[in-house]
Amino acid sequence: METTASYNDKVVRQFTIMTVVWGIVGMLVGVLIAAQLLWPALNFELPWLTYSRLRPLHTNAVIFAFGGSALFATSYYVVQRTCGVRLLSDKAAAFTFWGWQAVILGAVVTLPLGFTQSKEYAELIWPLDILIAAVWVTYAVVFFGTIVKRKVKHIYVANWFYGAFILTVAVLHIVNSLAIPTSLTQSYPIYSGAVDAMVQWWYGHNAVGFFLTAGFLGMMYYFVPKQAGRPIYSYRLSVVHFWALISTYMWAGPHHLHWTALPEWVQSVGMVFSLILLAPSWGGMINGIMTLSGAWHKLRDDPIIRFLIVSLSFYGMATFEGPMMSIRTVNALSHYTDWTIGHVHSGALGWVAFITIGAIYMLVPRLFNREQMYSIPLINVHFWVSTIGVVLYIASMWIAGVMQGLMWRAVNDDGTLTYSFIESVAATYPYYAVRLVGGILFFAGMLIMAYNVWRTIRPVEPVKAATPSTASA
Amino acid sequence: MVSGIFTTLLLVIFLGIVVWAFSSKRRKDFDEAAQLPLREDEPIQSEKNNDKGERS
Repeated sequence: METTASYNDKVVRQFTIMTVVWGIVGMLVGVLIAAQLLWPALNFELPWLTYSRLRPLHTNAVIFAFGGSALFATSYYVVQRTCGVRLLSDKAAAFTFWGWQAVILGAVVTLPLGFTQSKEYAELIWPLDILIAAVWVTYAVVFFGTIVKRKVKHIYVANWFYGAFILTVAVLHIVNSLAIPTSLTQSYPIYSGAVDAMVQWWYGHNAVGFFLTAGFLGMMYYFVPKQAGRPIYSYRLSVVHFWALISTYMWAGPHHLHWTALPEWVQSVGMVFSLILLAPSWGGMINGIMTLSGAWHKLRDDPIIRFLIVSLSFYGMATFEGPMMSIRTVNALSHYTDWTIGHVHSGALGWVAFITIGAIYMLVPRLFNREQMYSIPLINVHFWVSTIGVVLYIASMWIAGVMQGLMWRAVNDDGTLTYSFIESVAATYPYYAVRLVGGILFFAGMLIMAYNVWRTIRPVEPVKAATPSTASA
Repeated sequence: MVSGIFTTLLLVIFLGIVVWAFSSKRRKDFDEAAQLPLREDEPIQSEKNNDKGERS
């Protein structure tokens, strides 16, 4: 049925649908653990429902299952269209789909059971790490192999971003996961002490910089111009954006380890590079938003464009906030507080999820041969529900975080602490409630999208069979 | 000393990329490249039909 003369959209369809599914699962777990912070009894005294086990499940599900599936889907879609050729290998592409789903199922089973490497965003045990490496190397072969056999001379900038994301994540994952197994579920990292911490946050911050930024910028550079119906504002700026971003992000990791045993000069390097990052980040944001220059009315008429452009606004906010938080004196206040959680969700919900949602609304009709989404007004509803959700979420966490930081550092005249830790927890309760409402709203938006997607792709009833000629036959 | 030279080298390379990207010679190629997302949604069938923007 599908010949080499067409694109491989089967794997794109599979990943697109799973993006919606895993988005709902991951965000549902997020809502549950947000509720647990408000009502601790919601763990039902069951070990596998405790916050400590569900939190990594939430982060893995939203980053790697939801975000990862979205990146697979869009990168496969974009690389074929901008190279003018079918994917290198259908079998290898299918392996990346089923392999990635197997990794996610493995996470869903092992994390609640308490099997973990205890490295943030790299919790999965070593057998799953090996499967991830296998899937990822295959992904790289399919992606770069497709670029090699392209029929368009120029490699479009989106592919540069996707390529950097794929290559870097392979290196990050393999280096950070090097460990010596002692049993099927146990292993010890080959690094120790401050080196272990530095490797972990070199990985951790580049997971943000390449997985959650470069990959989604690839998405931005294709889907924003496509939906706007006009080329990117400045192609030359996108080239500079690419090289500046990838050469700077690599060095920002130490800002996760301010005021620790890490040598102070390394902390300073991390801080300086984090501050420099503001420039390429905002260059990219401006490039995306200005693509609408001269066609701003689309922002009013088209809810999909609104998702894409507002995602860039959140990207700009998060990439302004990040460098500020990496300044050591600011970090002394913000670190370990809910401000960090607010910052992360400004990026993860506002930027990553919004641009993904916009891309999904564009992909689904194209992949399933429909004119457009089942309901455009529902996309609009989704947009506003999600936007209100994100704003409630990040505003409450900002306030809670600054309050916690100030309470923890407050000292009396005699040098004793003004507040006990539990007092800061009690003071945070109202903000946890607001955050929960924000999370529920965002989750509700995902359900609206799932309904809209289902109504768009479900098989059309065979009304045409009832035409007079066939009815008389 | 070595790290200083290395850092300077990287900075020079980066500035080279900026100059290259903004040179007027690149404008035509970049304008063509920027149209790539907007092209019709079908694979490029044969080498014969390729215009000059495509690979020989």
